[in-house]
Amino acid sequence: MIPLSWYIIFAAILFCVGLYGALARRNALAILMGIELMLNATNVNLVAFWRYGTLAIRGQVFTLIVFAVAAAEAAVGLALIISIYRRRTTIAVDEINMMKW
Amino acid sequence: MQPEILTWLIPLPPILAFFLIVLWANRNNRLSHMLAVGAMLLSWGLAMVVFGMAISSEHLGQHPFASSIAWLQTGETYFNIGVLIDPLSAVALFFVAWTCLAIFVYSIGYHNFGKKRDPDDRVGLPPKAGGIDPMYARFFAFISLFAFGMLTLVVSDNLLLLFIGWEIMGLCSYLLIGFWYGKDSAKRAMIKAFITTRVGDVFMLLGLAYLYSETGTLNFRQILYNEEVLHTLAETPSVIAGFSTAGLIGLLLFMGTVGKSAQWPLHVWLPDAMEGPTPVSAMIHAATMVSAGVYLVLRFFPLLTAGWHEGLPLTPTLSTVAFIGAFTALFAATIALAQNDIKRVLAYSTISQLGYMVAAVGIGAYIAGAFHLITHAFFKALLFLGSGSVIHGMEHGVHASHKHVDAQDMFNMGGLRLKMPRTFWTFLIGGLALSGFPVLTAGFWSKDEILADAFANDHHAVFIVLALAAFLTAFYTMRQITLTFLGKPRSAAAEQAHESVWSMTAPLLVLAVFAVAAGWVGIPEGFPVLGGLLPNWFHEFVGGTLLEHPHVLSFTAVPLLTSVGVALTGLFLGWLVYRRVPAGAADPLTRPLGPIYRLLQNKYYFDELYDFLFVRPAYWFAETFIYRWIDRGLIDGILHGVGRTALRIGSFLRNAIDLPIVNGFGDAVGEGVKRAGSRFRVIQTGRVQEYLVVGLLFTGLLLSYVIFFQP
Repeated sequence: MIPLSWYIIFAAILFCVGLYGALARRNALAILMGIELMLNATNVNLVAFWRYGTLAIRGQVFTLIVFAVAAAEAAVGLALIISIYRRRTTIAVDEINMMKW
Repeated sequence: MQPEILTWLIPLPPILAFFLIVLWANRNNRLSHMLAVGAMLLSWGLAMVVFGMAISSEHLGQHPFASSIAWLQTGETYFNIGVLIDPLSAVALFFVAWTCLAIFVYSIGYHNFGKKRDPDDRVGLPPKAGGIDPMYARFFAFISLFAFGMLTLVVSDNLLLLFIGWEIMGLCSYLLIGFWYGKDSAKRAMIKAFITTRVGDVFMLLGLAYLYSETGTLNFRQILYNEEVLHTLAETPSVIAGFSTAGLIGLLLFMGTVGKSAQWPLHVWLPDAMEGPTPVSAMIHAATMVSAGVYLVLRFFPLLTAGWHEGLPLTPTLSTVAFIGAFTALFAATIALAQNDIKRVLAYSTISQLGYMVAAVGIGAYIAGAFHLITHAFFKALLFLGSGSVIHGMEHGVHASHKHVDAQDMFNMGGLRLKMPRTFWTFLIGGLALSGFPVLTAGFWSKDEILADAFANDHHAVFIVLALAAFLTAFYTMRQITLTFLGKPRSAAAEQAHESVWSMTAPLLVLAVFAVAAGWVGIPEGFPVLGGLLPNWFHEFVGGTLLEHPHVLSFTAVPLLTSVGVALTGLFLGWLVYRRVPAGAADPLTRPLGPIYRLLQNKYYFDELYDFLFVRPAYWFAETFIYRWIDRGLIDGILHGVGRTALRIGSFLRNAIDLPIVNGFGDAVGEGVKRAGSRFRVIQTGRVQEYLVVGLLFTGLLLSYVIFFQP
């Protein structure tokens, strides 16, 4: 059986990839995808902890909830991005600085 | 009906009429005079009933009609006020009621009732062309109040109530002298009269207070009909050396008389009071106000003479009274010689006659003084009303002839006996009574009695002065009659003058009857031929007011011959000098008297003297001292100083505390926040990714802390 740490290392690598995507990409869609990766890294962790017996059934339930939240977040995020695109014909985040002082 | 209750009622109708006229009836002239005359008629009726009861009651002196009520609590006792009818107040009531009634009726005609209001007439000025007076109702309101004051004074049983009536009259005289307030001279006269009498009144009030503090009562009977009290007052030395308490109180009260009865040196207001309408002059000068002064000294005769008996030398108080009276009698008579205004002559004559009465009181001739007071009231009211009738006729003449002349100047008159017969005959009777025409007239009997008393008690100086005054009186009276009524008219106005209406002449006839008949009640019993035909009722009756009945003088021929002599000579000379004065001529006395005439005409320059001594210093005091120095300088200075100091303290607080400390703190907080905000705002870039980096950084730091430091 594959030890737990492998899963955790995998999840950490996946999270870092997602984080890098979220922080470094200029495309808002890519950022959104980075965020999905980070969420899924968390899901991997949750399922792994369930399988290795510390969280009982709650690990799976959390995972499902995260899926639902991720789907909702993606829907809202895409809607926002489309709306911004219609207004400003761009989705490059360094040009979207409306939240400045 | 009990006389006391009737006496209480006597003064009330006029005051009721006053309020009714002032509050409701003042727009209706007919209703106003009906109220006033009706009220006076009621008072007159009550007064006559009370007078009738008084003369028919035996020993009225010992048992007067008296009634009083507790009025004011003074500690444990009450101050009582009430009414008192003793012989003196009974006779005073008689003449006051008659003269007041006559004057009320006369006023209707005098103010042209029944004529149309002239549209040219202005309120506050006399009617120009014989229209009804614009302030008709107001006049009747004022004289009603005046009558109330006088009646209160006469029936009161204590000095305080008397003083109240006295002051009400003072107020009314002020209002009535200035009745035509549109005239400047009337305004000045009213103020002069008020202020001058006030001088006397202040002394009178002092005397009243002194009397109250010494005896604890102001009731006439308790003080003046009480041998013990009088004796104590006469024996106690007063605060001023040389005067007994009685003497000093008497002197202070006498000062009130000097003011009210216009005795020298406070005589100046009375001639100026002629600015009022003529019925007012008659009221003030004959019937009421000036008589009130003499009434007061007669009332306080027992106090004035306390500790003195006939035959003893006069006390300082009595000498003062006698001196002022006699001096005034002569002094005013001389001024009357050179006056041309018909009313002013009468005014000075009044001062002179009042001096007569005061002198009589001063030498202890109580009955004679009271007698002259009453006869004089009748004939002087008659003369004043007669002169009013003359002026009225002359004003009509001035209006009809369209030539303006002074309607009061006797040198514009002449020959009026044919135009105004009723006025002429009554005026003649009054004038003869004033000069003391022998036997027939009332003035003769009363004046003769004063002279006889002065002679019999060896007051020779007073006797000579009074005899001289009597001579001058006869002279100026005849001058007045001759200039006014005899000879030929000296102006167009006099030619067209006409007799006054009946409401004016009827009172003259009534008063003329009294001017003759009032003397018959006091014919001395020792008088040759006539003496004893009629009993000397006046002496018997009024003498009862005093504790000790004054004894009857034995008859002597000298004063009788003197008074007959001076009266006839004076009358004859007056006629002789003035019988043929042509129009526009100066007074025939101007040349023989020379500068003296000018002195007399200017009333010895007393007005100028008082102006210099009192009026101007008073103005200076008010204008320069009080206004400029005290008010503007001192008080305003203090106020401005306080204001300036407050400003200075305020600006210090503002500059030293408010601006730097309080404002500075507030500003520093605000500015600091602002500056901090502008520094820190650069980190808010608006890029979400940078925020995320910061969030990551801090999460990392937090994790590091948890992992490395928190086991």
